[in-house]
Amino acid sequence: MNVLNIQNAEKSFGELHVLKDISLTVDKGEVVSVIGPSGSGKSTLLRCATLLERLDGGLLSYMGENVAETVNGKITYAKDLKHFKQYFGLVFQSFNLFPHYTVLKNLTDAPVSVLKRNPKEVKEEAMELLDKMGLADKADSYPYQLSGGQQQRVSIVRALAMKPEILFFDEPTSALDPELTGEVLKVIKQLAEQKMTMVVVTHEMPFARAVSDRVIFMDGGVIVEQGDPEDVFGNPQSERTQQFLRNYQK
Amino acid sequence: MSLVTIILKMSEGLGKTCAIFFLTLLFSVPLGMIVSFLRMSKNKVISGITKFVISVLRGTPLMLQLLAVTYGPHYLFGADISRNKLIPVVIAFSINYAAYFCEIYRGGIESMSQGQYEAAQVLGYTKFQTFMKIILPQVVKRILPSMTNEVITLVKDTSIAFTVSYQEMFTIGKQIANSQTSFTPFLVAGVFYYILNGIVGFAMGRFEKALDYYK
Repeated sequence: MNVLNIQNAEKSFGELHVLKDISLTVDKGEVVSVIGPSGSGKSTLLRCATLLERLDGGLLSYMGENVAETVNGKITYAKDLKHFKQYFGLVFQSFNLFPHYTVLKNLTDAPVSVLKRNPKEVKEEAMELLDKMGLADKADSYPYQLSGGQQQRVSIVRALAMKPEILFFDEPTSALDPELTGEVLKVIKQLAEQKMTMVVVTHEMPFARAVSDRVIFMDGGVIVEQGDPEDVFGNPQSERTQQFLRNYQK
Repeated sequence: MSLVTIILKMSEGLGKTCAIFFLTLLFSVPLGMIVSFLRMSKNKVISGITKFVISVLRGTPLMLQLLAVTYGPHYLFGADISRNKLIPVVIAFSINYAAYFCEIYRGGIESMSQGQYEAAQVLGYTKFQTFMKIILPQVVKRILPSMTNEVITLVKDTSIAFTVSYQEMFTIGKQIANSQTSFTPFLVAGVFYYILNGIVGFAMGRFEKALDYYK
């Protein structure tokens, strides 16, 4: 079953047409990387999928349930958006951890106060996740006491603690220096091995090539090329893709 | 009149000075929050009117506002609310301070990064939860230094109540100064305010320190 289904998505900011007829489906367990130059619409696509922005047209569904659909040229969103938010998680470029909460509270607060789950159970699960990440000793620390890489790993755990069906990453390593990038990419790779469904917007080409089942190259608000990473990176069909990847190899 | 007598007489008004201080804080702190929501309203009419009212409250002397609240109802409707002077004093002070607090809150709320709202939104927090759990605690920490300034000013502003002859410490001091043709009561008042603000400064410092556990 498709975890995520986007069809004919349209999005404009005023005069700026950011997403032009974008269609994308993601199957369970699939890892999709989205690459492309700045301003190509990658982040907007993610923000629309995670309901931070609203589409102007098209269809958006999770687990076969429609969040938004267009009838007679008019898009309507479901009333109960909260129901759909449990299907996905988003890891931000700038982490956006809650600075006034400890690491543990960052992980447990939403499951308890949003999903109304048992606090004790949530805490045990959160500690287990932290332990897996090698961050168990940071449970009582505050975000400012952690390195950027640790903060981003905590924010990944925060998203996982909500038990989403699909996890989105918006340039998760762009705010990190190269040394810290590795530890975050390693975590995403582990999640991929555990068959977590993920969509990763990234500028880390070797990573995208190694981890993804499918790579999407976006430019100017359209999907220019997509396919197996070996094909897209090894033998890009479109001239625009070739040009973009050449610039990266320099 | 000896210095000791002056001090004793003036301290009889300290209770009323503190009454103005605490009651004004009690009402203006939450009122300022309500006003700041009106000020930040997406409805242009509501935010425009609120902005104008705030500009009047901040642009005219508190003393005039106090006189208007105390004697205005009498001139306008023949109603007399000035029997117990504490009521108009607290009303005028609360409204005036709410206008200042409103702008401090607004600055604090608007300085929060969009990322905090977005993270909360994606996690499924309601707007109310986001404000109460994520935004407000961080705003409180951020605005505390500006709030300390206002609270210190409030201590000194309580003396303005003398214009409507509310028998707080400064009013008593001024009456003694007039009848005794002495400057001493003003010096005593100065020392009183200084001590009160020492306490306020200490309390706010403790409060800031208590929120120092995160950055």
